[in-house]
Amino acid sequence: MNTIKTEYLEERFNELLSAQPESKLKSWQKEGFQTFTKVGLPTLKNEEWKYTGISRLFTRDFSIPSKGTESISREIVEKAAMPGASAMNHLVFLNGKLNLELSAFKKSDDFEICTLEEAYNGKYRDDVEAYFNKSSLVTKDGIHALNTSFMNDSVFIKVNKGHEVSMPVYFNHIFDATHNHLLASPRSLVIVEEAAKVEIIESYYTHGSMDSFSNEVVEIIAKENCQIEAYKIQNDTPNGNHVGTTHIRQIGKCLVNTVTISLNGGMIRNNTDIIMEKDANEAHMYGLYFLKGHTHVDNHTLVDNTKPLCFSNELYKGIIDDYATGVFSGKIIVRPDAQKINAYQSNKNILLSPTGTINTKPQLEIYADDVKCSHGCTVGRLDEEALYYLRARGINKDLAKSMLLKAFADDIVMHIKIEAVKEYVESLIAERLQLHD
Amino acid sequence: MSDEMQLLEERVNREYEFGFTTDIETDTIPKGLNEDVVRLISKKKNEPEWLLEWRLKAFRHWQTLKMPKWAHLKYPEIDFQDIIYYAAPKTNKVKPDSLDEVDPELLKTFEKLGISLKEQKRLTGVAVDVVMDSVSVATTFQSQLAEKGIIFCSMSEAIQKHPDLVRKYLGTVVPMTDNFFAALNSAVFSDGSFCYIPKGVRCPMELSTYFRINQENSGQFERTLIVAEDGAYVSYLEGCTAPRRDENQLHAAIVEILAGDEAEVKYSTVQNWYPGDENGVGGVYNFVTKRGLCRGHHSKISWTQVETGSAITWKYPSVILKGDYSIGEFYSVALTTGAQQADTGTKMQHIGKNTRSRIVSKGISAGKSQNSYRGLVHVAKGAENTRNFSQCDSLLLGDKCGAHTFPYIESRNNTAIVEHEATTSKIGEDQLFYCEQRGLDAEKAVALIVTGFAKEVMNNLPMEFAVEAQKLLAVSLEGSVG
Repeated sequence: MNTIKTEYLEERFNELLSAQPESKLKSWQKEGFQTFTKVGLPTLKNEEWKYTGISRLFTRDFSIPSKGTESISREIVEKAAMPGASAMNHLVFLNGKLNLELSAFKKSDDFEICTLEEAYNGKYRDDVEAYFNKSSLVTKDGIHALNTSFMNDSVFIKVNKGHEVSMPVYFNHIFDATHNHLLASPRSLVIVEEAAKVEIIESYYTHGSMDSFSNEVVEIIAKENCQIEAYKIQNDTPNGNHVGTTHIRQIGKCLVNTVTISLNGGMIRNNTDIIMEKDANEAHMYGLYFLKGHTHVDNHTLVDNTKPLCFSNELYKGIIDDYATGVFSGKIIVRPDAQKINAYQSNKNILLSPTGTINTKPQLEIYADDVKCSHGCTVGRLDEEALYYLRARGINKDLAKSMLLKAFADDIVMHIKIEAVKEYVESLIAERLQLHD
Repeated sequence: MSDEMQLLEERVNREYEFGFTTDIETDTIPKGLNEDVVRLISKKKNEPEWLLEWRLKAFRHWQTLKMPKWAHLKYPEIDFQDIIYYAAPKTNKVKPDSLDEVDPELLKTFEKLGISLKEQKRLTGVAVDVVMDSVSVATTFQSQLAEKGIIFCSMSEAIQKHPDLVRKYLGTVVPMTDNFFAALNSAVFSDGSFCYIPKGVRCPMELSTYFRINQENSGQFERTLIVAEDGAYVSYLEGCTAPRRDENQLHAAIVEILAGDEAEVKYSTVQNWYPGDENGVGGVYNFVTKRGLCRGHHSKISWTQVETGSAITWKYPSVILKGDYSIGEFYSVALTTGAQQADTGTKMQHIGKNTRSRIVSKGISAGKSQNSYRGLVHVAKGAENTRNFSQCDSLLLGDKCGAHTFPYIESRNNTAIVEHEATTSKIGEDQLFYCEQRGLDAEKAVALIVTGFAKEVMNNLPMEFAVEAQKLLAVSLEGSVG
């Protein structure tokens, strides 16, 4: 059995840190690494990681990219980008670091983008101090701390007050694992000011045959009356592993929609946290995991209702084929005195193969009485009657199955509001189902 | 609202009606737990060598374990050295042959609890095994049952009279290494009930065990073993109470059920241990491991529980569905008031083909209490055509209480269908309005709605229990208008 190694991480950490000048950022990183040393990698005994043995990724030696020295050819960037990227604010993250040379976005007064360091040393010091790394208070595991440790060159985005960003902001994550196993730690802080509107899309692509592990943290601060769409499209190679935390704080009354689509990859874990810190917040979370091969996808969601009158709706659907594993763990917390909460959660799964696995854990933690909360969850197979109905009308079995699965998936895909992204996801699903036209 | 609050207050201050103590001479051993205590218990019970070895093995394993922390419960560290592990009411004999030999004080106690030990007085045929502190004090209707070949006696008696049966089945469903409390129980269990239904026999009456903690500072560790051979049927009831005391008492029991081919076991519990006062002082810590094994095809095990007592409840009656076409059921009403905490639910392990399980859990929380449902439905790879349906509803009465749901669903089989649904809410204003408009006052309306809420579970209780449980629920709900 391969042993889990983390000692070299300390060496790499010290090496990287000594190359940096003293700064506030560095102290955060130090703090992060201290936490990591203290709590270590999460094991299956850790309740939040019960179904995802992330530590086994650490049996290999990862190379950790140092400050923005890498480059990659434009063809690979094109290949990694989703169709329609040219009509987006295309930000290329190479090995976890924003690469401005490869990126293509229109400078406008809608939003600002710079490194976190520049933001801190420039006019956004207050913002960074107030909002950065607050997710570590919620996610206290070693994986999150590890991201903080290696987060140099993280990104700061601020959507200005009252501005609607007309083109979606697209994070194109590319991991170059041609020569070494790669550990990338993309980190970003996005502040959406009052009455602003923004769409954020992320995709992941591993180049080369070695393994990549991207350990990402995105923190989004949503202020009064803003609107945010946050999408993640995961269609990476089987050697692309990912842990991503999207931590959204609704600090003003606003609307947030998230859609997470996972189709291909190695071991994937998505944490989507929505912390409702103002009255009457609204959030919708959707997710689809349509898996084959040995892909493992674990979706963890959290809706923390700390104030009254909030509304949240959550729908995650899974289709599991081959040897794949789908995990869903949803948590709704209603804090004391957060009355008049409506929170709904639903998880539906179809197990196609006798070798697939589904683990699901929809949880409610409720400390206030005037609430309406519900969750439902199903695990099953395709409806025999529906199949029969279609076959009785002359549709062959495979096609009938594909039609039903497409309809099942469409429930989620229809919530993607950007046409280009929706078409892209639809085409990927059609390809998987071998549906043409 | 003020009226309602007042009513709620009254309820919270309601005295625990079974809180009296019996003044009776008791044989106790000193506080503390070590190998000598285990040996002493075994010696007192005149146990065979193999059982002592078994206890010691469990004790040694227990020492390597830590108290589990995962439950959604808050309680101080339990000092296991500060507990009396054996307490028995003093009688002339180990087990009296007839009721005339039983201490009248004891009889009075159970009379007061509404458990008649005098068979002729009972209208309905329910055989009772009564356990006070660490020992069984009386078992009724034994001879009638024996005619049919049914063995119903206390565990100590079974160990003496039917050692082969006990040895064959003890610890087969809940192994001593199962968990912290199971290991503790295996080491120090003092008594409990043993029940054996031979092949093809339908038990003509309800069997019942009544547990009573009396001795101060003592813990109760009883162990129940029910074996239903092929084609047998039994319905089993369990009730419990404890006196009012300011310190917490520990109750760590184990119930094991085995069901053979086409056998059916129905296990019902009305748990009414002393819940502590409204500030959470005193009360019983109820850490119980209950598990049934459907080892034969077409076997069925059904758990029904009404949980109203205990300061802390940590209890997950489970079914291992090993035989093909076996059925597991779990019906639960858990009511928490005051400062009570409950973390209860079930586990359904589907292993055999065409197995079915059904979970209906109704949680009602009031006062400052916390009520959690925690359940697991596991479908193993070979469990073709498994069907499960779970429903967990929570009702919140009052704005200081909490209701939580932690269901786990693990499916490894693509022909299985597993469904789970849960809701949490308070009593709807419209429902209350509807009732009040028809002339019911607020309290009656709430009682009606809650009764309706819990009905699905109550319907599954045997007649003898249903009345008691209904009453218990109604009394417990007095004034809980929210």
